[in-house]
Amino acid sequence: MKKTPLNRIHHESGARMVEFGGWEMPVQYAGVIAEHLNVRRAAGLFDVSHMGEIEVAGPQAFDFLQQATINDLAALVDGQVQYNALCYADGGVVDDLTLYRFDRQRFMLCVNAANTDKDFSWLRKLLAESPFSDLVLTDRSPEFAQLALQGPKAAQILARLTDLELAAVNTYWFAEGQVAGVEMIVSRTGYTGEDGFELYLPARAAETVWRQLLQAGAADGLAPAGLGARDTLRLEKGYALYGHELSADILPLEARLGWITKLDKGDFVGRQALLAAQAQGLKRNLIGLRLTGPGVPREGYPVLQDGREVGYVTSGTMSPSLRQGIALALVDRAAASGSVFEIAIRRRSVVAEKVKLPFV
Amino acid sequence: MEIPEELKYTEEHEWVMVEGDVATVGISDFAQDQLGDVVFVELPEVGEEVQVGKPFGVVESVKAVSDVYAPLTGEVLEVNDDLPDDPEMINTSPYGDGWMLKIRIADTAELDDLMDSDAYQAFIEG
Repeated sequence: MKKTPLNRIHHESGARMVEFGGWEMPVQYAGVIAEHLNVRRAAGLFDVSHMGEIEVAGPQAFDFLQQATINDLAALVDGQVQYNALCYADGGVVDDLTLYRFDRQRFMLCVNAANTDKDFSWLRKLLAESPFSDLVLTDRSPEFAQLALQGPKAAQILARLTDLELAAVNTYWFAEGQVAGVEMIVSRTGYTGEDGFELYLPARAAETVWRQLLQAGAADGLAPAGLGARDTLRLEKGYALYGHELSADILPLEARLGWITKLDKGDFVGRQALLAAQAQGLKRNLIGLRLTGPGVPREGYPVLQDGREVGYVTSGTMSPSLRQGIALALVDRAAASGSVFEIAIRRRSVVAEKVKLPFV
Repeated sequence: MEIPEELKYTEEHEWVMVEGDVATVGISDFAQDQLGDVVFVELPEVGEEVQVGKPFGVVESVKAVSDVYAPLTGEVLEVNDDLPDDPEMINTSPYGDGWMLKIRIADTAELDDLMDSDAYQAFIEG
C-alpha cells in the first residue's frame, strides 16, 4: 500500500486508516458525522496527497489537451482551474479531473488517485498517436503533497499563514506563493461544496504545513477530516466520484456532466460517440433520491418504479446534514422523469423521492 | 475499551446480560467503535423467535452495514423502541441506553458457549 507524506501523523493522531485506491488513507479521526458537520460549520483539513498530478508542457500543450479532454480550454486564462474529463473514443470516461492553466504551454491535471497510472498511460498513448510533438508529459504525483482546507472559515485561517491576497483568488482560480514559508500552489477549489482551498506543496514540507494549519485554525474550530467525511460532503452536493457515477461504461452526458461536455468546441476524443449517443437519445440519467423513511441507501441497491427495476444506486449514504438517506442513482431515461421511486434495501423496499441536486 | 465484567460476549461482538431466564442483548463498546457513527438500526418484532448464531437485526454506520447475531435462542420479549430514532445511543451508551433486545432464554446450555469479560478481552486483542 502506498503512503502519503502524512502517514505517520495520521497514525499518531489515532485516525482510522483504510485502503483506498491503493493508498493507506485516514477514513476518520473523531468520527465521520462530527467531521462532516465541522466542515459545513467551520473548517476541516484533509490529506488528499493520494491524488495524482500530471504536468503537460510544451508549445502545443493547449492544442493537445483541447483534443484529449471534453471541456473547452479556450474558456480558460492563465491562473484558472477547470473541471474537465478524459473520455475514450466510445464516450466512456477515463477519468474526471481538474485542469490548471499556468500558461498556454504549461498545464497541470489533478486526477483521481486510483486512475493516475491509467490516465498517464492514456495520455502518452494519445500523444504518440497525435500529430503533436515537442510535448512533455510528467507524472509529478510523487513530488506533491495535497491538502484540502475546506469550510466557511478556510479563507480566514489560511490568511494567517500567507501574504497572498486570497480575496483576489476567486473560486476556480489559483495562485502560487508561500504558505507557512513553503512555496506552493494555492487553488480555490474543493470537493465539499464549501469555500476552501486545495494546496499543492512539496511532499517533504507536508508535516510542517499540516501542523501549522491546524494550529492557525484551532481557534476557528479547524480539525482534521477523513475520506469518510469527504465522501458524505461530496455526495450531499451531488458531485460525481469516479468508479461510482463515472466509469468507462457511463457517458458524461448520462452522469450530469453535460455542462463540461463541449460538443461544439471542435474535435476531441469521444466526441463522435457522444454526438451519436445524443442524437439517438440517452439511455440513462443520473438522479438524486431522498428516502422518505428510515434507512441507508448504498451503492448497488436496485432502484424500482411501480415495482419494476429501473436502475441502481451509484452512491448512497445517511446525509449528516439532513439526517436522511440520500442517493445518486443511474436510472432508465423513461423512468427518470418520474418523481417517486423505491430503493430495495435488503428484504424491503423503501420509498424515495426524486429531488433536485444538490441535496444540501 | 470498556468490557464490563458482569456481561457475557460473543465472537461477533454482542454482549449478553442474564437475569433469570431473560437475556438482554446489545453490541460491545469495541463493536460500536469499529463501526463508527451508527445511523440506522433494524430490530426484530416482539414475539419473534431468534436462533443462536443467526442474524436478528442490522446496525448501519455511515460507512458500513453489519448484521447483528443472536447470542442465544429464544423468543423476543422486548426491543429497544428508542433506538430507531436515536441510533447513536449505540455509540454513546453501548451497554446502557443502546441495548437492543430482551430474549427469553430457551436453552441455558447455550450460555456455556459465551465468553466472559477476560476471554473477550483476549479475543479482541487477538
